Amino acid sequence: MSFPYAPVLAAAEPASVAQASGTADLTWLLLAFPIAGAAVLLLGGRRTDRFGHLLGTLASAASFVVALVLWLDMAGRDVEERATIQKLWTAIDVGRFHVDIALQLDQLSMAFVLLITGVGTLIHIYSIGYMAHDPDRRRFFAYLNLFVAAMLLLVLGSDYFVVYIGWEGVGLASYLLIGFWGRNPAYATAAKKAFVANRVGDVGMSLAIILMFTTFGATDFVRVHAAAAGAGEGTLTAIGLLLLLAACGKSAQLPLQSWLGDAMAGPTPVSALIHAATMVTAGVYLIVRSGPIFDLAPTAQLVVAIVGAATLVFGAVIGLAKDDIKKALAASTMSQIGYMVLAAGLGPAGYAVAIFHLLTHGFFKAGLFLGAGSVMHAMNDTTDMRRFGGLRTAMPVTFVTFGLGYLAIIGFPLLSGFWSKDKIIETAFHEGGVEGWTLGVVALLGAGITAFYMTRVMVMTFFGPRRWAEDAHPHEAPAVMTAPMVLLALGSVFLGGILAYGGMLQDWLEPVVGGHGEEEGVTTLSPIVVTLLTLLVVAGGAAAAYLQYGRREVPVVAPVGSPATIAARNDLYQDAFNEAVLMRPGQYLTRSLVYADNRGVDGAVNGLAALIGGTSGRLRRLQTGFVRSYALSMLGGAALVVGALLLVRI
Amino acid sequence: MDWVPIAWLGGIAFGFAVFSVVAGALTGPRRYNRAKLQAYECGIEPTPQPVGGGRFPVKYYLTAMLFIVFDIEIVFLYPWAVAFDSLGLFGLIEMVLFIATVFVAFAYVWRRGGLEWD
Amino acid sequence: MTVAAVVSAASVPAASVSAAAADSIPAPHIEYGVLSPLFVVFGAAVLGVLVEAFAPRAARWAVQVGLTVLGLVGAFVAVVLVASSDDWKGARAVVAEGAVTVDGPTLFLQGTILLLAFVAVLLLAERRLDPGPSGAFAAQASTVPGSPGEREATRAGAAQTEVFPLTLFAVGGMLLFPAANDLLVAFVALEVLSLPLYLLCGLARRRRLLSQEAAMKYFLLGAFSSAFFLYGIALLYGYAGSIRLSEIADAATQAQGSDVLLLSGVGLVTVGLLFKAGAAPFHAWTPDVYQGAPTAVTAFMAACTKVAAFGALLRIYYVAFGGLKWEWRPLMWGVAILTMLVGAVISLTQQDVKRMLAYSSIAHAGFVLVGVLAADDAGLRGVLFYLLAYGFATIGAFAVVTMVRDPAGEATHLSQWAGLGRRSPLVAGAFAIFLLSFAGIPLTSGFMSKYAVFSAALDGGASPVVVVAVLASVVAAFFYVRVIVLMFFSEPAADGPTVAVPSILTTVALALGVTVTLVLGVIPQPVLDLAGDAAAFVR
Repeated sequence: MSFPYAPVLAAAEPASVAQASGTADLTWLLLAFPIAGAAVLLLGGRRTDRFGHLLGTLASAASFVVALVLWLDMAGRDVEERATIQKLWTAIDVGRFHVDIALQLDQLSMAFVLLITGVGTLIHIYSIGYMAHDPDRRRFFAYLNLFVAAMLLLVLGSDYFVVYIGWEGVGLASYLLIGFWGRNPAYATAAKKAFVANRVGDVGMSLAIILMFTTFGATDFVRVHAAAAGAGEGTLTAIGLLLLLAACGKSAQLPLQSWLGDAMAGPTPVSALIHAATMVTAGVYLIVRSGPIFDLAPTAQLVVAIVGAATLVFGAVIGLAKDDIKKALAASTMSQIGYMVLAAGLGPAGYAVAIFHLLTHGFFKAGLFLGAGSVMHAMNDTTDMRRFGGLRTAMPVTFVTFGLGYLAIIGFPLLSGFWSKDKIIETAFHEGGVEGWTLGVVALLGAGITAFYMTRVMVMTFFGPRRWAEDAHPHEAPAVMTAPMVLLALGSVFLGGILAYGGMLQDWLEPVVGGHGEEEGVTTLSPIVVTLLTLLVVAGGAAAAYLQYGRREVPVVAPVGSPATIAARNDLYQDAFNEAVLMRPGQYLTRSLVYADNRGVDGAVNGLAALIGGTSGRLRRLQTGFVRSYALSMLGGAALVVGALLLVRI
Repeated sequence: MDWVPIAWLGGIAFGFAVFSVVAGALTGPRRYNRAKLQAYECGIEPTPQPVGGGRFPVKYYLTAMLFIVFDIEIVFLYPWAVAFDSLGLFGLIEMVLFIATVFVAFAYVWRRGGLEWD
Repeated sequence: MTVAAVVSAASVPAASVSAAAADSIPAPHIEYGVLSPLFVVFGAAVLGVLVEAFAPRAARWAVQVGLTVLGLVGAFVAVVLVASSDDWKGARAVVAEGAVTVDGPTLFLQGTILLLAFVAVLLLAERRLDPGPSGAFAAQASTVPGSPGEREATRAGAAQTEVFPLTLFAVGGMLLFPAANDLLVAFVALEVLSLPLYLLCGLARRRRLLSQEAAMKYFLLGAFSSAFFLYGIALLYGYAGSIRLSEIADAATQAQGSDVLLLSGVGLVTVGLLFKAGAAPFHAWTPDVYQGAPTAVTAFMAACTKVAAFGALLRIYYVAFGGLKWEWRPLMWGVAILTMLVGAVISLTQQDVKRMLAYSSIAHAGFVLVGVLAADDAGLRGVLFYLLAYGFATIGAFAVVTMVRDPAGEATHLSQWAGLGRRSPLVAGAFAIFLLSFAGIPLTSGFMSKYAVFSAALDGGASPVVVVAVLASVVAAFFYVRVIVLMFFSEPAADGPTVAVPSILTTVALALGVTVTLVLGVIPQPVLDLAGDAAAFVR
């Protein structure tokens, strides 16, 4: 194996990434707090039960404070000096393979750090109330801390190898949290499903890292990205597709999307954390971070966009038919992440837009999930929306915050989602050609479907007559739960506008992800036209949903529905597809292998074992216990030894 | 050819041994009594052992071995005494150390009852 | 020296002093500092004999244990001091008028032997497991088993403390054996280390007949092998006209004299060395002696004797027979292969833990021989590391054996170990770690040591042997894992043995074994570097 680019790379130490100094030295603290929290809570055991939830929340909040300090510090520096790398220690130094455990804090990771710690902390606070009656609340907070820590490592790692560590950590933490109520076999299965689907993606990640190492002789961002131009397009496409596979696993994109719906098995704050601030955003981060590779591999980039577009529609269609409020929201996550991946697949023009939507989505989706959790909390953990209805009077705070989240996600003018989603559709159209038109129309269509199913959720839950179960006594959640919801709702309303104001976020991210893209591309439709079209489609979708569910009575038991509805209810047969295409052949393969193993390999092995055992038994008899026979064997041995030596000389 | 005298010596020794045994058996009178079965001057009774091996007292061998051990160690003193002058101070010190070590063994045997017959 | 100085200074007429000058035998030059580890150990042993003679019976045990530990620790400190000074480097490594070489391998092996002996002495001094003043040893070894004399000695509360000076003498011999620079010194060292071991083997308090039988067998066969060794020395002297290793090497390269004499001598010396190392076909004593001897003594023998024997084997083969590589290599290939196969295959059907460990030690002797085959510094480094790692694991394993007991003493039948992991997960876990190390599973010292010797042998061109070695490892691993399965996954018998709570001594020995086994498995580099630095014989 040769590393033709290695010498080039050694010199390619770009000036834009400075070694961390001053305040940026604190970068490690971001990780240290949640890691320490998780360690104390897990190792402390039951002794920490009393204050575990507070400690966990404090750890996350402390991390957020550090993030704010670092952000202010970074914003205060010149653009060229904003990105820093803090080297902690050298993990691997074997021959040419050198990996530093180092944290890269630049504008992109800063955005993620703020989102993860900020929204994460709100979810921690919310969980204090939500999990108040769970005997294992301390363990829950330990896992939440672990999750936050792993995600931070993922976005802070300056090396694909370090990212991979965080990547696996996120997988582990999500497994622990989804299966938190693992006594229920279905929930345990859901956790396993998430883990397995993620492992498939992880294979892509590890292969991509290996390929990078063999191609570039390095795995850190700086050197890999600098050397990417020197590699062949085929290699880059392969790396890109492998990274995409990894992203699909974590971000629940086709074809690895099936775990997301089942992941609702975890406590609702977990869903909020997975869907808003962490986990599913990891894939988008990976693609945006690897932009320099994707930019040089147009084929891989196109596949990214197609995967995003397909998932966008796929998730939206599933969302249409779900009666379970959390599963409907999960489907919408899949769809919204599809938007982000689509944007990330549009190249430099789309990276900032993808991150923009990711941030706004983080707020309104977290708000929606916390709202859903609040509703479940009030309705004895019922999740069937056909059993809700008319909750707006019973739970005013939840209604308002959920409503604002709803308006944000469908893209109601001037709310967060409006700015970011509109931008994606616009950028898609900007791409031009068949590609641009197709992607644009799909994105536009998706916006309409989103409006339809989100309106359906809203109407079925908060409007119309009460269809509650007999023993339901809905009440507003305690302040510790509503306060985070209110904060998130504020974010849902204003964040988009703030970030979009004068292209603030795009300017901020530009040094990392590249230009705006407004100057390039083909003008197919002017932005105003796109915005109007989007609004039209959204209004149409919302209106249709209102006519369907607001005007007519919603049956408590779901009607049979058309074949399309049934298909959507069954997640478009994703599990059946997986079962037929992956599981069955896999089972046949393993069965035949087991057969071959039993008959062929084991037969040989057992035969050999029996042979050795028999030999052993026979040899054992030589050990008679008589000194005379031992002495004879020694004499024979001595004769053999001398004979062998003399024989050699002859 | 240097080896020939040695071979002669070996041959003569072997021949003498064979001659003695054969001549004794041929010429000597055969009168057995109890005294003939006694050990010559010293040693333990060569009584027939029971089948499967019996046990005999170890005291005699213990004393014999102690004698041989100390006897052989004393042999080292002769060359030292002969070459005392040329060995000088170093030789003296070494010999004192040697005798001291031997004496430690003697003290051990003595204190632990190795010299007591019963 | 002083005489000569005086003579020359006085410048008296030459004729008058010529007779005196011719008569004066120059005093040999002895490097006391470099040899101090030997002096410390032997000195402590002699003191131990005096303690036996004069100390009051009640105080003897404590004094002897203290003296022994002090002697071993002192000798180890001396080794460290010598190693950190420059006295032993280069030409000055050959000391005591050429009788002894103190070079890197010597110091590493001496340090290893002293460390292992220290741990073994902890086991020897254990008295809580087998309650009584003399622990696992017979109160008076000379009494007939089952006789009134034995009962009387036991009742009188006689403590068996001669074990400690005997051990020290054996350790002293072991320290000298790998350092011996001529064959006669090697022979003396061999006898000094062997004789106390023969005695120690026969000292068991329980199953005394088995123990005495083991001592008898070991003595007879040991004497037999010593005879081979001595005869080999005679033949080599006949060939080279010297017993000095380097001079034998010179004679062999100049090819003077009869090849038959040389090769027969090499062969017979090899027999003596392989016997002590426990390699096939000279291994037959190992299982019987390991089983019969008191377990603490077995631990001491299995660890320390092996180190000393391989140390001497390495020196004699690398220094004296280095030029005959092409002659002895095929032989050693055969011996290594046979030893590994015999050890691994026969261990499969063993039902007794101690016998199983004995066969495992035979197999390990074969693995070490694989490293010897490399016949270069990498092989030497691997062997040095292997001996250290294996020594600690094997002492630890035997320490566990001393702890698993039923009313009749140690419960060594494997069926009695069923379900041990459920009753005493900690002890069974420690044993499992040792077994995994024997099997060469990564993250234990056994993996690193096997890797070190096998890779050295591969580089040295002994790939067929390495293939057999790997296969033998697989066979052996099967058995080790089966014991682990037996301990952890089968139901414990109702009247099975219990794990007795030992005193701090055995606990420390066990903890040291586990720690070293794991640490050398995870971060072997420092010790590998140390062995690598040491791995060059001075001729």
